[in-house]
Amino acid sequence: MTVALFIPCYVNQFYPSAAKATLQLLQKLGVEVVYPPKQTCCGQPMANSGFEHLSQGCNDLFIENFSGFDYIVAPSASCVLHVKEHLASETDPALADSIRHKVYELVEFLTDILKVEKLDAVFPHKVGLHHSCHGLRGLFLSQMSELNAAPFSKPQQLLNMVRGLEQVSLDRQDECCGFGGTFCVAEEAVSVKMGKDRVTDHTKHGAEYITSSDLSCLMHLEGILHRNNSKVKIMHIAEILNANV
Amino acid sequence: MKQAKAKDHAALAEAFIKDEERVDWHDGALWFIREKRDKASKAIPEWEQLREAASAIKSNVISNLHEYLLQFEANLVKNGVTVHWAADAEEHNAIVYAILKAKEITQMVKSKSMLTEECQLNEYLEERGIEVINSDLGEYIQQIDKEPPSHIVLPCIHKRKEEIGELFHEHLGTEKGLSDPTQLTRVARKHLRNIFLTRRGALTGVNFAVAETGEYVVCTNEGNADMGAHLSEVQIASMGLEKLVPQKKHLSVFLRLLARSATGQPITIYSSHYKKPRPGQEMHLILVDAGRTRQLGRVDFRDSLKCIKCGSCMNTCPVYRKSGGLSYHNTISGPIGAILAPNLDMKKHADLPYASTLCGSCSNVCPVKINIHGQLYKWRQEIVKEGYAASTKALGMKAMAWTLSSPGNFTTAGKAGRWFLQNIPFVVNNRFNPWVKQRDMPEGPKETFAAWYEKQKQ
Repeated sequence: MTVALFIPCYVNQFYPSAAKATLQLLQKLGVEVVYPPKQTCCGQPMANSGFEHLSQGCNDLFIENFSGFDYIVAPSASCVLHVKEHLASETDPALADSIRHKVYELVEFLTDILKVEKLDAVFPHKVGLHHSCHGLRGLFLSQMSELNAAPFSKPQQLLNMVRGLEQVSLDRQDECCGFGGTFCVAEEAVSVKMGKDRVTDHTKHGAEYITSSDLSCLMHLEGILHRNNSKVKIMHIAEILNANV
Repeated sequence: MKQAKAKDHAALAEAFIKDEERVDWHDGALWFIREKRDKASKAIPEWEQLREAASAIKSNVISNLHEYLLQFEANLVKNGVTVHWAADAEEHNAIVYAILKAKEITQMVKSKSMLTEECQLNEYLEERGIEVINSDLGEYIQQIDKEPPSHIVLPCIHKRKEEIGELFHEHLGTEKGLSDPTQLTRVARKHLRNIFLTRRGALTGVNFAVAETGEYVVCTNEGNADMGAHLSEVQIASMGLEKLVPQKKHLSVFLRLLARSATGQPITIYSSHYKKPRPGQEMHLILVDAGRTRQLGRVDFRDSLKCIKCGSCMNTCPVYRKSGGLSYHNTISGPIGAILAPNLDMKKHADLPYASTLCGSCSNVCPVKINIHGQLYKWRQEIVKEGYAASTKALGMKAMAWTLSSPGNFTTAGKAGRWFLQNIPFVVNNRFNPWVKQRDMPEGPKETFAAWYEKQKQ
C-alpha cells in the first residue's frame, strides 16, 4: 500500500511537527509513504469565499501531484473535505472523481482503513478534544450532538489507546471555534469571541492541551491562548498519537 | 424604525460584541433553548424519520405548488373565506388597507407574523391613519421600542428584563425599576385585554395551510391570535405561498416538529385551526408571493422554501448567538435569513452568506432538513459571479490563486520573507492584518516540512 502524504500549505509552513508526526505514525504502522514535493493548496480559501472559479489551477495541480496512489492522507479534515466535495477537472473528470474517493483525513484512515486497534503511544496529560466542524459534520468523524443517533467518535477511539492521557469533558462538546477560513478576518470580532469561548470551555475543565484533527482551528485557538499568556498548548492529534515519552 | 442599514453584519456584530457580559448572557439564553430542543428531540425515537418525512412532504409541496394553491383557494371559497393574491409587499399592504377601509376600521390588532414584518405593514397602515397593536408579547415590546424583531420566534430575546421594565415604565406607566417578568406580563396582559375587546379588525399569520380542507393553523403560546380573531368583525390572515401542506394528516408530522425544534416544548400551547367565518364575521386570506416564486426558480436555493420558521437554526448558530439578530439587518435573521435575504436584494444582503463559519449545525437541527450551510456556500459563489464582492477582495483572491496554483510561485513566495505570514490564504488582501488584533500569529518554525523532508531523504 502506497500512501501519498498531503500536507496542507499552512501546515507545511507553520506546523511542520504535525506533518512529521503524521509521516512517522504512518511509517510505524507499516505504510509506505510518499510526499509529492510540488504540492501547494487544495483551493479551499478561494472557494469558500465565493471564488470557486479561481480554484481550477489548484485543482489541476492537486490532480497532477496525487494521481496514481492507493490513498491520499492528510492531517487536516477541512482540506480533505474540500477535496472530497469540490475537486474537479475539466480534462479528466473520471480521474478527479477517483482522487476524491481516495483522499482520507488521518484519523479516519487509521480507524477505517488501517483499522488500528492499539498504539504505542504515551501522553500523560489532560487533553481537551476539539471537533473541527468539517471533520465532524463533513467527514462524520464523530456523532453530531444535534442528531438523535447512536454516539461514536473516531478521534476518541484513538485517544483512548494512548497511555496516560486523560480526556477532559466539555460543556459544549462540538461547538464551532469560529475560525471559518476568511471568516476569521472578515468577521474578526465574532471569530475571536467564538474562539475565546471555546478556549474557556477547555481551560475551565483543566485541559493542558487542546487537540484536534484540524490545525486551522488550533492555529486560531493558539493565537488567542498566546495573546492571553495562557500556559495551555495546542497539539495536532497526530503528534499525540505519535508521542512516545 | 431603528435600523442601521449602512453597516454590514461584521460591523454591527462588532458593536454588539463590545458589551461582552451581555453577549455571554445572550449566547447562554439561546444555548439553553438549543439544549431544550436537544432533550425534546431525543425523547422521540423516530425524530430523524420525522424530519425526513417533513422534508419529503415539503418537497412535494414546492414541486406542485400551483396545484395545491388552486385546491386551497377553491376550498377557502367553499368555506366562505375571501381570497386575495398579492405579488409583493406593496400589493399585500394595499389589500389589507382596502379591507379595513371598506369597514371603516381604524384600529387593528395583529398576532405574530414575520411576513407582515417583511412587508412593513404596520408602517404602511400607520401612514394611512390606522393604528396597529402587535399582540404577541415579544413583538409588542419590540413595537413600543420601535425596533424590528431580532428573532422570528423570540422577537426580543436580545433584551434583558430590566430594559423591558424601563420600556414599560415609559409606555405603560409601571413603577420605575420594576423588572419582575411575572408582574410585567400581568401589566401587559391587562393592557392587551382592553385592545382585544375594542378591536374590530384582527390579523394573524399562518403556520400551516391545508390544501384539502382550506383551513389554516396558527400556533401560539399566548393565545393572542385567538383572542384577536374571535373578537373581531373582520379577520385577516396573511401567508406566504409556501406555507401549504397537502392534507390535514400531514399536520401530525409538522406540529410534532415545530415546537420541539423552536423551544423544546412538545407542542405550542395553542394550535388553532381556522376554517369558516362566524355568522356576521368576514374572513380574508391573503396569499403573498414577494419573491417566493423567484426563489422557487433558483434550483440551488428552492429548498429554502421548506422552512417552517421554527428558529432552531438561529438558536444553534454560534455566529447568531454572539452577534445578535439585529446584526443581520433583515426581518429573518440567522442562517435561514442569510439564505432567504439575497433572493430579495442580493446587493443589500451580499454580506449575509459570509456571516457564517459554515459549521453546519443549522442544517442538522433544521426540522425540514434544508441544507442551509450548503446554500450559504452556493450564495457566496452567486454573489461573486453577480459582481457584488468588493473589487479589492477579488484582486487579492486572484493573486492568491496565482501563488497557490504553481509550486514555483509558491516556493518563492514561501521563502521570500515568509509570504505566508502576511498572506495566509484566508488573510487575503488586508492592508493591516485583522488576525493580530486579538490573536498572535503562529511562530514560524526554522524550516518547512517540505524542506525537512527533502533533507532527510538525501
